[in-house]
Amino acid sequence: MALLEIDGASKRFGATTAVDDVSLNVERGAFYALLGPSGCGKTTLLRMIAGFETPDSGRIFIDGIDVTGLPAYARPVNMMFQSYALFPHMDVAGNIAFGLRQERLDRRRIAARVDEMLALVQMSGYARRRPHELSGGQRQRVALARALAKMPKLLLLDAPLAALDRKLRAETRLELTGIQERVGITFLVVTHDQEEALSVASCVAVMDRGRVVQTGAPAEIYERPASRLVADFVGEVNLFEGELTAGFNGLALVVAGFREPVPLPCGTRLPEGAAAALAVRPEKVVLSHAPPAGFAIAATVSSIGYLGGGSIVHLATEQGMALKAYLPGAAASSFGRGAPVWATWPPDEAVVLTQ
Amino acid sequence: MTGMGWTGRLLLIGVPFLWLALFFLLPLLIVVKISLAQSTIGIPPYTPLLVDHDGGRELHATLANFALITNDDLYLRAYLGSLGNAAMATALCLLIGYPVAYAIARSQGVRRHLLLFLVMLPFWTSFLIRVYAWIAILEPNGLLNQCLIALGLTAAPLPLLNNEFSVELGLVYSYLPFMILPLYGSLSVLDPSLIEAAADLGARPLQGFLGVTLPLTLPGIAAGSLLVLIPALGEFVIPDLLGGPDTLMIGKVLWDEFFNNRDWPVAAAVAVVLVAALAVPLLAAQRFLERGHAA
Repeated sequence: MALLEIDGASKRFGATTAVDDVSLNVERGAFYALLGPSGCGKTTLLRMIAGFETPDSGRIFIDGIDVTGLPAYARPVNMMFQSYALFPHMDVAGNIAFGLRQERLDRRRIAARVDEMLALVQMSGYARRRPHELSGGQRQRVALARALAKMPKLLLLDAPLAALDRKLRAETRLELTGIQERVGITFLVVTHDQEEALSVASCVAVMDRGRVVQTGAPAEIYERPASRLVADFVGEVNLFEGELTAGFNGLALVVAGFREPVPLPCGTRLPEGAAAALAVRPEKVVLSHAPPAGFAIAATVSSIGYLGGGSIVHLATEQGMALKAYLPGAAASSFGRGAPVWATWPPDEAVVLTQ
Repeated sequence: MTGMGWTGRLLLIGVPFLWLALFFLLPLLIVVKISLAQSTIGIPPYTPLLVDHDGGRELHATLANFALITNDDLYLRAYLGSLGNAAMATALCLLIGYPVAYAIARSQGVRRHLLLFLVMLPFWTSFLIRVYAWIAILEPNGLLNQCLIALGLTAAPLPLLNNEFSVELGLVYSYLPFMILPLYGSLSVLDPSLIEAAADLGARPLQGFLGVTLPLTLPGIAAGSLLVLIPALGEFVIPDLLGGPDTLMIGKVLWDEFFNNRDWPVAAAVAVVLVAALAVPLLAAQRFLERGHAA
């Protein structure tokens, strides 16, 4: 049985539907990410799980118990707020102890748990500091420790890394997964940052306009997007819209402005004549100076963006269609701006999308 | 030193300082001076502090007025009466004002502005006229008694005017906005996610309020309480108009000494003691607020 079970939850605010008939299962011990652009309803969904919003319809079960009507304080769930929401009038230890005090645990046990939590987030020695005396990263750790102190069945994290700078974000990401493995609590992260979702989560649900549009492992979401929207939102992508036609060996895609039909992955089973899109990730695109054997698109280099570990090459086809290719290392250095190139990719590395 | 030279800084500090010295310290010193003089018939109705004597000058100061107000227990009872009434009014204003301020702070948009406007609306009418209006409401044939009799809740008019009740009502009515506004100020900047965090960590609404909302709005409570307590302590108009024969408040005693007895030195002594007594809660509150800022 899943730890968290959402069954057809909907929430409307006036005329807008924030969450539209969402059903979701989060397995025990998972590091689950709800990914979507801002305004997609992921935060509302999180607030419904925490108990700050009541769904208009649908039910929410945690560990098999229907919590839909329970107030926030009675749910076995804790949340790490995006703003951290640390109590400014209490020191670090007071913040972490707040939830434990509500359970009326005795002093010694509270103190022991606070020490344990401080050690877990490597903040021992900061117990007497006030939140305003801490850096952003330290505040984030205290917020995490406070939310974990009660050992909830489910920890909700609202954009946990959004307020940190890039370098700190990478470190914290690693720590977060480490802590999650150590405490064994199920984590549910809400984020609009696809990099954050893909790197920490064991399972990702992509949301758009109040609906879950795809769920799966991060690699599955990235490599096998189910729709144009997911392909476009998660990572960079080249999308070719066209019509399916019978090719030499199997189906191909007729794209307006291309001289020849684009070959499709083997085993594509779709009716001839249907509209479809082909999604090709920039790192799958291979560039060459001379026309390669087989399918290729003629283009010119319009700009090269150096990213450190590699470069993103922006191309323009003869018809003015934009194309992106990611070249690792110094591979892009042989292509100058305005140079004519040929772009191709292994047909099996592309994904056909009909939605 | 950046931006401003010494002259600029001196001017910046000097102007308000001069203002306070001229319009606050100087009058206070004059009052202290009068409180050390003796009452006499003439203009002004008190003896000079320095008297020409054999070509020299002699200081004629007396503490007799202070002795009088400590010996006659009328003054002590008046001080305590004022303190009791003002403290009660402060407590009632806090009790009524907190939920009102909370509701305003939680409301949105036009509604919030409208509610704030309503809180400040009474200031558009003269304070004196509003207190007079209460006489029309509370008197035996007044609005309230007529309503109560019409509803059959009482057979004979209730004694609502010229007693402790009407004074307390007048104080709470008049000073409630001074409690609501600073409370609203500190409640409106309170991050709602803090209250959610308390609930998330298992605090029931009351525990969340006592553990988070209340301590974080203490500066607003302190400011509002002072804004009610201090003017209510020296209040004269309300006990004079709404009070009864046994209403004993220091503001009224002071007025009587000044205008009925024309004993300026005793009146001045009463005022000096009142200012000294007010300085204590004021300094304590300032200490508290400064500490809150540092934290």
